[in-house]
Amino acid sequence: MAGNQFLMFEEEQRRIQEACDLLARAANAEAVLVIDKNGQEIARSGDTDDLDVTSLSSLFAGNVAATGGIAKLLAEKEFSGQFHEGEKTNVHISLVAQRAILVVLFDQRSSLGLVRLRVKKASEELTRIFEAIVRKMNQGSAQTQVFSEITDDDIDNLFSE
Amino acid sequence: MSFINYSSREINCKIVYYGPGLCGKTTNLQYVYNKTAPDAKGKMISLATETERTLFFDFLPLSLGEIRGFKTRFHLYTVPGQVFYDASRKLILKGVDGVVFVADSQIERMEANIESLDNLRTNLEEQGYNLDKLPYVVQYNKRDLPSAVPVAELKAVVNPTNVPDFEAVAPTGGGVFDTLKAVAKLVLTELKRGGNG
Repeated sequence: MAGNQFLMFEEEQRRIQEACDLLARAANAEAVLVIDKNGQEIARSGDTDDLDVTSLSSLFAGNVAATGGIAKLLAEKEFSGQFHEGEKTNVHISLVAQRAILVVLFDQRSSLGLVRLRVKKASEELTRIFEAIVRKMNQGSAQTQVFSEITDDDIDNLFSE
Repeated sequence: MSFINYSSREINCKIVYYGPGLCGKTTNLQYVYNKTAPDAKGKMISLATETERTLFFDFLPLSLGEIRGFKTRFHLYTVPGQVFYDASRKLILKGVDGVVFVADSQIERMEANIESLDNLRTNLEEQGYNLDKLPYVVQYNKRDLPSAVPVAELKAVVNPTNVPDFEAVAPTGGGVFDTLKAVAKLVLTELKRGGNG
C-alpha cells in the first residue's frame, strides 16, 4: 500500500457508483452507502437527499470498528455483517475487502433476505474494484505527483483569513 | 490514513484529540464548532454518557477550502479520556493523520497527563504508528486555572520531543484555533511529502 494514504481514481469511483446504483435498484433499497473504514464517504446511491451522509459515515465506521473490537475480544475473526431493525428503516452493514463498509438502508418494500442476496453479489464486484485500486496505488500512479507540487504558500493560504 | 479522491477532487484527513479525562478535548471541538461558519462545518456528533462524559468519540467535520483544486476536509475526533475506555481509544486512533495531545495544566493532573501520553504512544505503536513520525502538536490547556503549572515545567514533562505547542483556555477559545491550524498544516505538509514518494 502506498504509504499512509488511500487513493480513489476516477475509473474506480465510476465503477463503485455503478455497483451502488445497481445494488440500490436490485435490492429495492432506500439508499446505499459505501464508506471508507475510517469514516469517509466513498459513494452513495438512492434516496439520500435527506440523509446526513457525513455524520452517518463516521458513526457507521465507529460502529464497525466497535464490532470488530468485540470480535477480537471474543476471539472471532470478525462479524461479517450487522442488521439493525427499525420501525420504518432497516440497516444492513457489511465489510467489503477489509477496506470499505457497505450500508444498505431499506424499508418494508424490500426484505432482509433480498438485501443479503444482492449485497453478496455487489460485494464481489466491489471487492474486485478495491483490488484494482490497491494495484494502482502500488504502481504509484502519476496522479500522486499533484501533491508534491503543493507549496508552503498553498498551505498557508488555507489559513490566511 | 488520508483519503485522496481524484474523482471528486477531495482530500480527507483525520485528526484525533487525545489526553486525560476532563482535559478539555470535547471543549476544543465545541469551540471550533461554535466559531466556524455554517458552510464550513457539518454536525458535531458527541457520543457521551448521561453525565456528559465522552463515551466513544466526538466528531466534527470541517472544510478548510481548496488547495490546488482539491477540497480539503478535516475530520476531528476526540477519544474518551477516562482510563477504562482504552479499547475505544485504540479504535479511534485507526487511520489517524494527525494528533493533538491536550494536557491539563493543573498540578494535580500531571500524573494523568503522563499516563495518557504513555497510553497514546503505546496505542499508536499497537497500530503500527510512531508518535515521533506523525504530525503531532501539544496543547497546554486550562492556563487560566490557579493551580496551573508553569509552561516550562509542563513542557519538560509532556513535550520532551519539542513538537509545536500552544497554551490554551478552551472554553473561551484561547489557543484553540492555533492548535488546530498547526496540526492541520503538519498533516498537509506530510501529505506533500508523501506525494514525493
